[in-house]
Amino acid sequence: MVKKLNYRPAWVIFILILFAGIVFILSYSANSKADRTEAAIALKENKPEQKKDYSEHKHATENENCLKCHGQSKYSYENSESKKKNTKKMYTELIINREVFYESNHREFKCIDCHSEDYQTFPHQGNLRMEAKPNCLDCHGGDEKYAKFHFENIEKEFQESAHSEKHSEDFTCWMCHNPHAYKINARSNENIKKTIAYDNAICLNCHGNLSNYQLLTDKANPNLLTKHDWLPNQKLHFLSVRCVECHTKKINDSTLVAHKILPKKEAVRNCDQCHSTNSVLLASLYKYKIKEVRSTKGFFKGVIVNDSYVIGANRNYYLNVLSLIIVGFVILGIIIHAVIRTLN
Amino acid sequence: MTEEKIYLYPVWVRLWHLFNAILCLTLIITGISMQFSNPKFPLIAFNVSVSIHNIVGILLCLNYLIFFLGNLGTRNGRYYKLIFPGLFSRLMAQFRYYTRGLFKGEPAPYPINSERKFNPLQQLTYVGSMYILVPVIMVTGWALMYPEVIPSRFLWTSGLHLTDLFHILAAFMVSLFMFIHVYFCTIGKTPFSNFKGMINGYHETH
Ligand code: HEM
Repeated sequence: MVKKLNYRPAWVIFILILFAGIVFILSYSANSKADRTEAAIALKENKPEQKKDYSEHKHATENENCLKCHGQSKYSYENSESKKKNTKKMYTELIINREVFYESNHREFKCIDCHSEDYQTFPHQGNLRMEAKPNCLDCHGGDEKYAKFHFENIEKEFQESAHSEKHSEDFTCWMCHNPHAYKINARSNENIKKTIAYDNAICLNCHGNLSNYQLLTDKANPNLLTKHDWLPNQKLHFLSVRCVECHTKKINDSTLVAHKILPKKEAVRNCDQCHSTNSVLLASLYKYKIKEVRSTKGFFKGVIVNDSYVIGANRNYYLNVLSLIIVGFVILGIIIHAVIRTLN
Repeated sequence: MTEEKIYLYPVWVRLWHLFNAILCLTLIITGISMQFSNPKFPLIAFNVSVSIHNIVGILLCLNYLIFFLGNLGTRNGRYYKLIFPGLFSRLMAQFRYYTRGLFKGEPAPYPINSERKFNPLQQLTYVGSMYILVPVIMVTGWALMYPEVIPSRFLWTSGLHLTDLFHILAAFMVSLFMFIHVYFCTIGKTPFSNFKGMINGYHETH
């Protein structure tokens, strides 16, 4: 009878482990589903478009004049000579995805706000391709409304960046911030991983894509995986850290994203620069997110609900003090015990 | 006291234990160095710590296998079988001995012999650290080495965060265990006799 009792705790432990396993598997499958939707969102810019209603946008009807051709992969027109209907393929660079455009920052613009009104006639005049395209600062510079985005600082940082120094005028804001697609992210995206994926996709658009890369150079782009093979847990690093975190330098703390892209030799390569309490990581996106969560969900949740974990960087002051106190008591206890022992 | 010396620590236990102690110390030092990393005063360079910690961690797992299989296959395992009825009162008796009886020169309530290698407190801490804490550290450690197996969110927080929390918590407790363990090993016939026993295999009774 007594013997039987001995095995009861073993069963309790077994059932606990089984239970933990079930919770783990359930949460794992829920997560992988969430990850897949995330991936789908990141890839949306390449997704074939579904018919949707965009009439809530001020200029949707007017824009359709352009998008009826530029909104899909083919367009048709009537040949004025032969009176025959022609169908042609649209150049991929000239296709504007409605779904992406109407979610982007510039969704409330008319096409001809930025492009010449002369485009309203078809066939478009040949000289229109010489048209000067507006720059970010042409609209966003010196405007009170945009002060919080610090466009002037961004411009200054960009002037000193490797992109600008290497490629001068050829490298414009649009190279990274597609005016028809770009949307601010860190401020609006709840999920830090999505922000990271979105921002990294911007870099990969050229650095992971030879034909885009070669718009500015004749060289082949270096293989990012082998270049970064010194990173342990490479995949986790790529999913949790934005390229700009290591490859930029902040001149001014007020800009959310540093625009001074460093030459490759100056990029962060020292583990401690992220894995320490003064982590460069915690100074940017993560700091922004932590502050955000704290102000919207309260201090407690801000401390407990934490998406990010960086070894060495998340040191909790109180836990540290507590652990030192415990170690102190244990050592003190040992010393007292040893003294009494030797005195007796 | 009829027997002066009992052979309690077979060669494999001694070897396992030697490696275990060396590996644990290395893991604790590299672990602390990573947790308290500071670019200005690196105890050990972060990337070096990571590599050492990973390799030594894997070695510890292999070494644990020796312990686990050894205790399964040899008679050494029986010393680790906790007998639950009356456990609490036996623990208290042992605790009383360590905090009072020992100082007054009273005899130990559960003297060591070939049927009982550990007193109740010793047994509980050895079972707790070898069958709970060290396995928790090993499982969470492997998970941290393959972070893609960790769900990105678990219950209310980041899965990685939680895994790391358990890893560090258990590691902290094993570190405390080590302090206490080494100190209690000085309570023997002479302060050094238990250490000698772990080298030559013979426990000297007192
Ligand atoms: C410098 C570090 C260490 C020293 C000097 C040391 C010393 C000793 C000594 C002298 C004994 C024999 C006395 C006894 O049976 O109680 C022993 C046994 C034992 N130690 Fe340690 N130890 C160290 C580290 C560790 C660590 C890190 C662990 C586990 C995580 C551990 C687990 C054990 C266990 C389980 C036994 C009983 C082994 C058996 O006979 O089956 N020790 N240790």
